Amino acid sequence: MTHTINLTVNGQKYTRTVEPRMLLSDFLRHELGLTGTHVGCEHGVCGACTIMFDGESARSCLTFAVQADGHEITTVEGLATDKDNLHPLQQSFWEAHGLQCGYCTPGILMTMIPFLKQNPNPTEDEIRHALSGNLCRCTGYQHIVDAVKLAAEKMR
Amino acid sequence: MKPAPFEYHSPSSIEEILTLKSQYGDDAKFLAGGQSLVPAMNFRIVQPSVLIDLNRVSDLSFIREDGNVIRVGSMARERHLEFDASIEKRTPLLHEAVPSIAHPQIRNRGTIGGSIVNADPAAELPVLMIALNARLKAKNKSAERWLDAKDFFAGMFTTALESDEALVEIELPFAEPRTGWSFMEVAPRSGDYAMMGVATSVTLDENGKCKSAKLVYLNAGDGPVDAVEAAQSLVGEMLNDTLIESAALHASEKEITPFGNIHASAEFQRHLAKTLTMKTLKIAAERATKEN
Repeated sequence: MTHTINLTVNGQKYTRTVEPRMLLSDFLRHELGLTGTHVGCEHGVCGACTIMFDGESARSCLTFAVQADGHEITTVEGLATDKDNLHPLQQSFWEAHGLQCGYCTPGILMTMIPFLKQNPNPTEDEIRHALSGNLCRCTGYQHIVDAVKLAAEKMR
Repeated sequence: MKPAPFEYHSPSSIEEILTLKSQYGDDAKFLAGGQSLVPAMNFRIVQPSVLIDLNRVSDLSFIREDGNVIRVGSMARERHLEFDASIEKRTPLLHEAVPSIAHPQIRNRGTIGGSIVNADPAAELPVLMIALNARLKAKNKSAERWLDAKDFFAGMFTTALESDEALVEIELPFAEPRTGWSFMEVAPRSGDYAMMGVATSVTLDENGKCKSAKLVYLNAGDGPVDAVEAAQSLVGEMLNDTLIESAALHASEKEITPFGNIHASAEFQRHLAKTLTMKTLKIAAERATKEN
């Protein structure tokens, strides 16, 4: 049994037919070709698949695509207009070297966008707490924290 | 890591979800925030043949004051509890504890009812429901009943709900005057499952003696562990360090039954319980005095 869903992803409207068991993460990657959303653990621990669901960060591997019917999704592809005009958060990750392999980066960016909106002047402790739901196995987090601090300055 | 196939329903009224549940019984599971159910489905630990999604039932997501209680719909998100002004003012223990529930991304989706019904012994909300003397409203398509939180939890991932019932509402009494509170847990990493945690509440009488106390532990047995003997040992007394230490010792040695896991041995969990009990009782007693 399939369901027809209508949703908005990065401002663009889509209509697709999905099996209920299709995860939102797989839907974004395989049905819409938006492979910027990464899939790590598929059980809500690593944070790589974090997207924004109606403006709030959420694990796309813990949501079924069918649940996104009528909702607004933002993925990492929705942040920059093109490669020369990065979002200030992306620009900060570049400048502060906030990534190495990059696997966790989209999830971290999609976590930090609503965080910085709610908390434009965060302390280092608050940043580290906000990052606790996203695993990075390369950086040791120091440069990620620096990048978020830099982004907060740029975005104020 | 993909769920097995299932039939999906997403009605918009409480009546419809209860009709579906009575029709499918144990073959159907309710999908609330999905933050515990969906991982279990991805692992295929659970393979419900029918999912009844509650996310489109708008009548289940309220938080409102009513006389001297707060009424919370079972689909209220943990993130909404965290920032709700009534909860901060009326049930400060809950307000203090909610940020300890997983990560912000999880709290954005996770719901109060989902966590309660999941009845994970390591979860915060079941423990808080007992500590707050909450009442829980269960409903099937023809009747409803209220259960005290302490009668709701029936062991590891098990509740008193019948297969045709849904948890629809949570009633939280306002904290009494001269009540102090504290919630603490120890986790390997912020947002992870805690190795041990305790929700503590103390109410003093007009003379500053303890009128009632609650000490409820997570990850300390096969459900939320209500240390009634340790709490009772405080009643009628002026709270001091000796009394607090002996209550903490009793709760951690005699009343909790931690199993131990890869992060913490049972012995270490008991040690944490004792330390956290002393810390939280001191803070709660201090806050109760200030509330005078």
